[in-house]
Amino acid sequence: MKSKLLTALLGLAIVGLASGAASADTTLQTVKARGQLKCGVNTGLPGFASQNDKGEWQGLDVDYCKAVAAAIFGDPSKVQYTPLSAVQRFPALQNNEIDMLARNTTWTMDRDTTLGLNFAGVNYYDGQGFMVKKELGVNSALELSGASVCVQSGTTTELNLADYFRTNKMDYKPVVIEAQSDVNSAYDSGRCDVLTTDASGLAASRLEMKNPDDNVILPEIISKEPLGPVVRQGDDQWFNIVKWTHFALLDAEELGVTKENVDEMMKSNNPEIRRLLGEDKNFGESIGLSKDWAVNVIKAVGNYGEIFERNIGVNTPLKIQRGQNALWTDGGLQYGMPIR
Amino acid sequence: MSADTQAAPSRSAGSLLTNPTVRSIVIQVALIVFLVGFGWWIVDNTARNLAAANIASGFGFLWSRAGFDIAITPIPYDSNATYGHAMVVGAVNTLIISAAGIVFATILGFLVGIARLSGNFLVRTLATVYVETFRNIPPLLVILFWYFGVISVLGSPRGLQPNIFGLYLTNRGLQTPGLIFGALAYASLVAFAVGVVALIVIARRNKRHQLATGERKPLLWTAIALLVGLPLLTFIVTGLPATFDFPEPGRFNLRGGFNVHPEFIALWLALSIYTGAFIAEIVRAGILSVSKGQNEAASALGLSRSQSLRLVVVPQALRVIIPPLTSQYLNLTKNSSLGLAVGYPELVAVGSTVLNQSGQSIEVVCIWMIVYLTISLSVSVFMNWFNAKMALVER
Repeated sequence: MKSKLLTALLGLAIVGLASGAASADTTLQTVKARGQLKCGVNTGLPGFASQNDKGEWQGLDVDYCKAVAAAIFGDPSKVQYTPLSAVQRFPALQNNEIDMLARNTTWTMDRDTTLGLNFAGVNYYDGQGFMVKKELGVNSALELSGASVCVQSGTTTELNLADYFRTNKMDYKPVVIEAQSDVNSAYDSGRCDVLTTDASGLAASRLEMKNPDDNVILPEIISKEPLGPVVRQGDDQWFNIVKWTHFALLDAEELGVTKENVDEMMKSNNPEIRRLLGEDKNFGESIGLSKDWAVNVIKAVGNYGEIFERNIGVNTPLKIQRGQNALWTDGGLQYGMPIR
Repeated sequence: MSADTQAAPSRSAGSLLTNPTVRSIVIQVALIVFLVGFGWWIVDNTARNLAAANIASGFGFLWSRAGFDIAITPIPYDSNATYGHAMVVGAVNTLIISAAGIVFATILGFLVGIARLSGNFLVRTLATVYVETFRNIPPLLVILFWYFGVISVLGSPRGLQPNIFGLYLTNRGLQTPGLIFGALAYASLVAFAVGVVALIVIARRNKRHQLATGERKPLLWTAIALLVGLPLLTFIVTGLPATFDFPEPGRFNLRGGFNVHPEFIALWLALSIYTGAFIAEIVRAGILSVSKGQNEAASALGLSRSQSLRLVVVPQALRVIIPPLTSQYLNLTKNSSLGLAVGYPELVAVGSTVLNQSGQSIEVVCIWMIVYLTISLSVSVFMNWFNAKMALVER
């Protein structure tokens, strides 16, 4: 893992050396010529990106990779997944090792402006929470003074944790480990009293514990963690493809277009649906894709609601409610920009 | 120097082209200009391309607020300190683990190396098994073994029965009573310093005495009296100016006292045991390199077995041992970066956090390289000095 990081960094140095000529091709051209989308995902976070027992990648973030691949090739299987740790993810993207990053990455101003990256939307509104063993009898994060806290290194989580305890005048002992799986096992073995990460990540990590039911997630959410797909700056067309794939998934849910009924919907009279599915005007052309790009996306992965319910919803082991991630029409924050 | 002596005749030949002094200066200057130019080109090109990709660069980030906490802080640090400060904490932790590891690995290595040559079958076999086991396992596995296999399975600090010594070994590490010294305790420190100086003076006088008369004066009891007795006496005379801070079970952790972190223990044991296996082999080779005749000559002079080992064999073996030992010390220092895996906050672990929070990868990698280079060169310089001191002085 470390050697991979170093390779990524070395690669970054080489990108630094290479002159502008190397980036003459647009990302879309490169991806098409390669015949595959290179997508950076989490090394293993159930519900967001993990491999099943057949070695196939699945999860909400993985479906975003598939959606973009479907928009380009009409085939969601044309994705090459690159599992990345928190520390590796940005160098890998900067260094052209991947075309897009869908790895539960928090959108912050610093990352958006100083790393040469663009966030293409928010596919999951998250917030940082705490998990403790039930036997401790802790009911609130404000009771955690003096506890040992396990946290993954190089994340916004690590910063929020420091801020939260400092503002509430509590002390704590950080146990900072690089890989989330090692963080989880350190917590499970009792090295620390508290595990902290994004609330969705806690729900996923809880499943990996020896006895998931012995752990409780505390009610406090201490930060805003808008997670979303990321691309490199400097290629607006590529940025548009990822951004509008996300909006198309949201619009499809709002308009009731699903994986099942998308073919029927193409005959619909609703002008909004006709624009989304490319029946009225060729919106795909403006982002360098075919006119049925959105049809391909929905056929491949369904709409946003379907992706959510399939991977992390109440009927999955993670049992996460839509909450903030409901559509704006249902009182949530997910709002697809109009396709017109 | 040889160029100077040759310069005169070639000047009389009158051609700058054939003048070796001029030629060598020109070649060296050209090489330096080329290297500096090449370096400048790399730096400039990297900076320009990073700017073109909208990636911030430069070392200015070292002065902005870090915002994260570090588990082990031998020097004062909190999340309001700067990235630069955090890197310094990481470097200090690297130095601490390296120094502690080198000391233990050396002791272990010498003991096992000598045991490998022991006449006792059991001792020899145990030493061989140790060497062959740990020499052939990647150090990372040894670290993970200690961390997840040994320390993690220790009991939790909750519901512990207090013990009178205040010593607790739990999955939160080793908790010992802390000593809080009063102001008068400095007197004992001064007494210790005086003891060290006095011991050096006495040792030198003894040596002179031995050279002059051949009589050896035993030093052991004097040393103990000066180094332990004198400070202890001062400590008692000044009225025991220290209090113990006993750890007490708190809601989550033991509160108070002194905590040795499990990450430190795991990394320290793993690095020492791993490197100790290599040092044992070096020591064994060193001892075997001393010819048998030396041992026989020492016995013939009436030296006991331990005397001949200490006075005849080891000094000669050291000449063979020290150069490869230096490489092992450097290896141990560099292997300490594996602390990242178990969360020991050494330079690379803290650096990766800084790297990810600030996004300044090239700069952080440069700092890593410079710090490790500095540490390694310092160890080399010291060991070379030690080697020169130990080398055979021929008259």
